[in-house]
Amino acid sequence: MADLHVNIAGVDFKNPVITASGTFGFGQEYARLYDISRLGGISCKGTTLEPRMGNPAPRIAETPSGILNSVGLQNPGVEGFLQHDLPLLENTDTVIIANIAGSQVEDYVETVRRLQDAPIDMIEMNISCPNVKEGGVSFGTLPKSVENITKRVKAVAKQPLIVKLTPNVTDIAEIAAAAEAGGADAISLINTLTGMKIDIHTRRPILKNNTGGMSGAAVFPVALRMVWQATNRVHIPVIGLGGITKWQDAVEMLLAGATAVQIGTANFTDAYTPLKVIDGLNSYLDAHGEKSVTDIVGKVQPW
Amino acid sequence: MFQSSYKIQSIIQLNPTTYSLVLDCAELANESWCGRFVNIRCGEKTLRRPISISEIDKANGTITLVFEVRGEGTEWLAARHAGDELDVLGPLGNGFFPDADKRAVFIGGGIGCPPMLGAAQEYGAKAEAILGFRSAKQMILLDKFKDCCQSVAVTTNDGSFGVKGFVTDVLKDKLSENSDCVVYACGPMPMLKGVADMCAQYGVQCYVSLEQRMGCGIGACLVCACKTQEADGTHMRHVCKNGPVFDAKEVDFDG
Repeated sequence: MADLHVNIAGVDFKNPVITASGTFGFGQEYARLYDISRLGGISCKGTTLEPRMGNPAPRIAETPSGILNSVGLQNPGVEGFLQHDLPLLENTDTVIIANIAGSQVEDYVETVRRLQDAPIDMIEMNISCPNVKEGGVSFGTLPKSVENITKRVKAVAKQPLIVKLTPNVTDIAEIAAAAEAGGADAISLINTLTGMKIDIHTRRPILKNNTGGMSGAAVFPVALRMVWQATNRVHIPVIGLGGITKWQDAVEMLLAGATAVQIGTANFTDAYTPLKVIDGLNSYLDAHGEKSVTDIVGKVQPW
Repeated sequence: MFQSSYKIQSIIQLNPTTYSLVLDCAELANESWCGRFVNIRCGEKTLRRPISISEIDKANGTITLVFEVRGEGTEWLAARHAGDELDVLGPLGNGFFPDADKRAVFIGGGIGCPPMLGAAQEYGAKAEAILGFRSAKQMILLDKFKDCCQSVAVTTNDGSFGVKGFVTDVLKDKLSENSDCVVYACGPMPMLKGVADMCAQYGVQCYVSLEQRMGCGIGACLVCACKTQEADGTHMRHVCKNGPVFDAKEVDFDG
C-alpha cells in the first residue's frame, strides 16, 4: 500500500483524486452510491456573486469520445452556496474546494471576500468558462489580465488559491506563468475546449447556446500536453484535468508533472471512476515499487 | 439507487424502430415505480442513455424497458441479446403518483406510451388511456393497454388506425363530457403543450413527463434544464432529479 497523500499549498489530500467542478454538484447525489469521504477532494459547482439561471436547454451534446456542455454557470449565488450547499458537506472528510466565477474582477473579489470565514479548504478561481458572455474566459486568455485578477483575488482570499486555466489560448505556459506571478498558490488545467455540434436534419446546433465546452476522453492528449508545458514553466503545484477516464490516464498526468488530478465527465459514464482511479493508482505504485505517489510526479523522461 | 450490471432476460422488436427489453434486476425493480427511469451505458459512448421504465414486476424482480432507436447509443442497445449484461444506473427521477381515488386519463404519444403503461397498470382497472401515433405502423403496446384499462382510444396522424388526428381531439371530447379527472401524459413536447393547455382550459390537474438531453442523470451536472413558473417565481429545474414528471401548469413549455 503506497502513500497516496499529496500536499498542495499546505493543504493535505488523502489521495490525489479530486472530482471536477460542475460534474459532481456538492457530492450529495454521488454520496448515494459511495462514501465520498474516500475522495481526495471535491471541487464544488461554480459559484458566482449573484444567483444565475444558466443557459436554456439543450445544454449538452455528445461528440466522439466526449461531450459539449453549455450549462452557463447555473448556481444559487454565493449566499445560497454558503447557506444551503456548503453545509451539506459539513461531515464529509475530504478537501472541500469552492469554485468561483464572475463577469468582472470586482465580482470575483467580492465573492472571495464572502468566503473568507467559510469552512472551505481552498478556492478554485474559474477564469475559463466558455459558456457565459464575459464569463471568465476573457480574463483567462491574456497574461496581463490573468496576473491582475489573480493578484486582486489573492489579496482578499483567506484560503489557498487555485487558478483554473482555459486551454483556448496560444501559449499555456505563458498563462500559467502569469497566474504564478499574480500569486496563485496552485493552478488547475484544463477547462473545456470551445466546440460545436450541428444536427444535420434540423440544421440547427444541438446546443441552444450554439457553442459549448468540450470535455471527455477526446481532450485528454491536449490536456496532458498543456499540463506538461505548464509544469515545465511554473514552480507552484499543478492539478491536471481534462478527459481522465481511467487510472492509467491519472498516472500519465502525474508523470507529466501534475501533483493531483480532477475527474469530471467520466463520472457520467461510470459513477465509480474516481474510486477506480484511486485503487488503480495504488496498485500501479505498488507494482513499480514506489513508496509514495509524489515520487512519480513529473517523472516523465522526455526525448 | 444502484449502478450495477444486470442480465437481459429477453429483448424483442415491437415495430421497425422500437424494442422491448426485460431486465433481471431485483434490487432495482424493488425501488422502481411508474414514471421513473434508468440510465444505461451503451458500449463506448460517453453518455448513458436515459430510458423510462415501462412495466415493473417486483415478484419476479424484473423491469421492462421500451425504447426507440434514435442514434448510435440506442442502436447499440437494440443489438443486445438475451443473456447479455447491461450496466444500468437507477432507478432515477420522481415518477408518477396516480391517485386511485380520482378518475384518471393516461395519455401517451409514440415512444411516450411505455411509461404510461406502467402508470395505468399501477392505477388499476378504471384507467382510461389515449394513445397517439404517427400511423398504424408505429403502434406499440396496444394489447397491453387493453389488458389493464377500462377504455383505450387510439389516434393516428394519418388516420390509418383509430381516430384521425391528435390525442387532444379525443381528450377534448372526454373533458367536455366530464372534466372531473386527473390527466397524466408523456410524449413529444408539442403534444404535451397541447394536453397541458387543454387541461388548463377545463381546470383539470395534469402531470407531464418530460424528455431532455441528460448528462449524469442524478442531479449533479445540471444540464437537463426545464424552466418552471412556480408560486415563488421562476426556477430552472432539472428533468432527471426534479422530474421527469412535472405539474403541467408549472412548466414553461417555451422556455
